[in-house]
Amino acid sequence: MSETKKFMYLNRRAPYGTIYALEGLEVVLIGAAFEQDVSMAFMDDGVFQLTKGQDTSDSDMKNFSPTYNALGDYEVNKIYVEQESMDDRGLTLDDLQHLVWEDEDEDYAKKPSIRVVSRQVMADLLEEQDVILNY
Amino acid sequence: MAMLHTVNKSPFEINSLERCLQMAKSGSSVLLIEDGVYGALDGTVFSAKVKAADGLTTYVLGPDLKTRGLDPAKLIEGIEIIDYDGFVQLVADHDRIQTWL
Repeated sequence: MSETKKFMYLNRRAPYGTIYALEGLEVVLIGAAFEQDVSMAFMDDGVFQLTKGQDTSDSDMKNFSPTYNALGDYEVNKIYVEQESMDDRGLTLDDLQHLVWEDEDEDYAKKPSIRVVSRQVMADLLEEQDVILNY
Repeated sequence: MAMLHTVNKSPFEINSLERCLQMAKSGSSVLLIEDGVYGALDGTVFSAKVKAADGLTTYVLGPDLKTRGLDPAKLIEGIEIIDYDGFVQLVADHDRIQTWL
């Protein structure tokens, strides 16, 4: 039995303009099978990945934003979003999807997955990871 | 010689839109497409630079806004939303196109 490591998927790119966001999300879902201590972090244009209301019906692209809702089922329930990145882009928590996970220790109570953190706290989080994967 | 400038990158990531606004002459048009549409948002660290650009007509591609879930109500006032037909019309109406990658 190998020890559990802390994995963070760090997302810094906007969705759709490049393939980074979709690729990163797919790797998180695949990686969830390895039962590690996984978190996701969103900073810079990465915060745009989580906005609600994405609708690709006019652009012939795959709308992968609903997939973020599945992260809780894969036990990816620590989703850190940097406050300063949201501020710079005129975004508030209200502009983001309401992502939840079910806590089986508390009768499957739905709890929010997104944690808005300051740049300073984000720096501390990066520091404590064993592995950081960047998209 | 009216020029159409297109920008397809986020102004928060790369300086394409900033350089476009510096170089575009009065009377030119600027069209924001793909990740460039983030430059149309008001209330950001970049929006003052778009508002300060004098004499330019700025357009944004509606389907790319919709894809990214951006609310038209949150755009900088005066920016016109166009569709693909409008894009074609802009290309036809201008002498040249400068693409800021």
